[in-house]
Amino acid sequence: MSERVPILKIGDVLLVSIQFDLEDQMVMDLQEDLSQRIVDTGAHGVVIDISALEIVDSFVGRMLASTAAISRVLGAETVVVGMRPAVAMTLVELGLSLGGVRTALNLEQGIGELRRSRRNGPVPR
Amino acid sequence: MTNVGDSDRLLGLLTEGREEFTGQWVRSVTSTLAGRLPAAEVQQDLHELYPALLDALRSGGLATRDESYGEVRSLLTELSRNRARQGFSPTETAFSVLSLKDVLEPALTAGEDVRAYLQLARVLDDLGLYTIEVHAKTREEIISAQAEQLLELSTPVVKLWEGVVGVPLVGTLDSARTQVVMEKLLQSLLDLNATHAIVDITGVPAVDTQVAQHLLKTVVAARMMGAECVISGIRPQIAQTIVALGIEFGDITTKATLADALRHALDRIEARGPVEIGGLL
Amino acid sequence: MTSSSQPVEESDAQESPITGNGDVVKARQAVRALAQQARLSLVDQTKLVTAASELARNTLSYGGGGTMRVSIVTRAGTTGVKAVFSDQGPGIPDVDLALTDGWSSGRGMGLGLSGARRLADEFTLESAPGRGTTVSVVKWAR
Repeated sequence: MSERVPILKIGDVLLVSIQFDLEDQMVMDLQEDLSQRIVDTGAHGVVIDISALEIVDSFVGRMLASTAAISRVLGAETVVVGMRPAVAMTLVELGLSLGGVRTALNLEQGIGELRRSRRNGPVPR
Repeated sequence: MTNVGDSDRLLGLLTEGREEFTGQWVRSVTSTLAGRLPAAEVQQDLHELYPALLDALRSGGLATRDESYGEVRSLLTELSRNRARQGFSPTETAFSVLSLKDVLEPALTAGEDVRAYLQLARVLDDLGLYTIEVHAKTREEIISAQAEQLLELSTPVVKLWEGVVGVPLVGTLDSARTQVVMEKLLQSLLDLNATHAIVDITGVPAVDTQVAQHLLKTVVAARMMGAECVISGIRPQIAQTIVALGIEFGDITTKATLADALRHALDRIEARGPVEIGGLL
Repeated sequence: MTSSSQPVEESDAQESPITGNGDVVKARQAVRALAQQARLSLVDQTKLVTAASELARNTLSYGGGGTMRVSIVTRAGTTGVKAVFSDQGPGIPDVDLALTDGWSSGRGMGLGLSGARRLADEFTLESAPGRGTTVSVVKWAR
């Protein structure tokens, strides 16, 4: 399985838009690729758009949480954007609250969120 | 096993007195319904039912669960459904069938007719029970449809300000209703690009552990989507119950009134500043 | 009204293997297709598919692979979807413990079984050491 989720760079923000149901291997590849890209580009922010995802199970949920933690260590703030209502309700029932992950309604709000967090003090390196 | 031959006498009686019996039957049913249903409608129903019943007796004998009674059953289903919707009681509905017994009774002559009468009574009792069953089922359907309508009616999501939506909850919260509220609220966050939501519980009579649990879940789900949720309208008694029950509201913002909650939301929006993305790109 | 005393009828059953990573995605798709056919609400579809995803991954990771059988079920006029996951793996020594939040025998956050139970309307788990595990979940349309 060599299919990988593309990571786009806009300014100092990396944008990951997950457009289809991911196999577990792709989820793990994405996490690896993203860490590498943060180091390579010196990006300060990561936006992960999950608006196309119809489900987020504990595996993907855990990936989002650990990606946020890894990025923070590498000096980039992560915002997860576009979670669908049904997905949010399911995650609550599943017992996953994604504590420690910043979220925003959509891409625009997400980038605004990153901008605010930079203005209010840079992420400690 | 039913012997079709057994019901010959009954079939003979019913076929012979066809016109007369149908007429009497219609009159008998119309009078019990006390003019609440037009005679024409009763007449139409029973004029269809009578020949169907004859056919069924002819081909299926007394076995009312048989396929030959399919036509009779579907006519009765329709009749019972209509009666249930029109607000007639189960008794009145079943009487439409059972009254055929009274109609036949005066026509009995010889002793052997008693047997035919008993046979008819058995068939009609079965069919009468069937109408009651359908009637009850229809009422159940009506009740659940109404419950659903009530659910829809009682949970409006309103836009309070640019970026702020509110849900005034009224009445008792159960899990079905909470799910509808949650869904509507969360969807409106997306639709209206709202970063703040206010759930006002002024109209909720009591908050127990379960209701509190539902509210907490809503707040957590909204947060995961990237919006803040404030609970307002907590009356003194409810605040006391919450503390007495030991319910932890955690880091969820609660306000006494909707006005306080709106002010809080607007302050937060102002503090965050407008969403400018140009500078970053 | 759904009453647990009434008989359950099953239709449109299909069985698929869960032996590789791609099969978890296929299991999700198969469950979603039937959930749509059974006219489950969007939220209920999402809950069931998520539960199926957790259980399919369990079957793969802990059971060493197995099968999923998904079908449409009806009871007293209510339609639902049932998914049964079975494996011939090592089994679960302590079922009660396995259903506790946070319990995990390997990778994962330990939300798989307990989470799936919360997401489904009905949940049964049969397992014994050395005799594999069978988990079944049902979600009813409202």
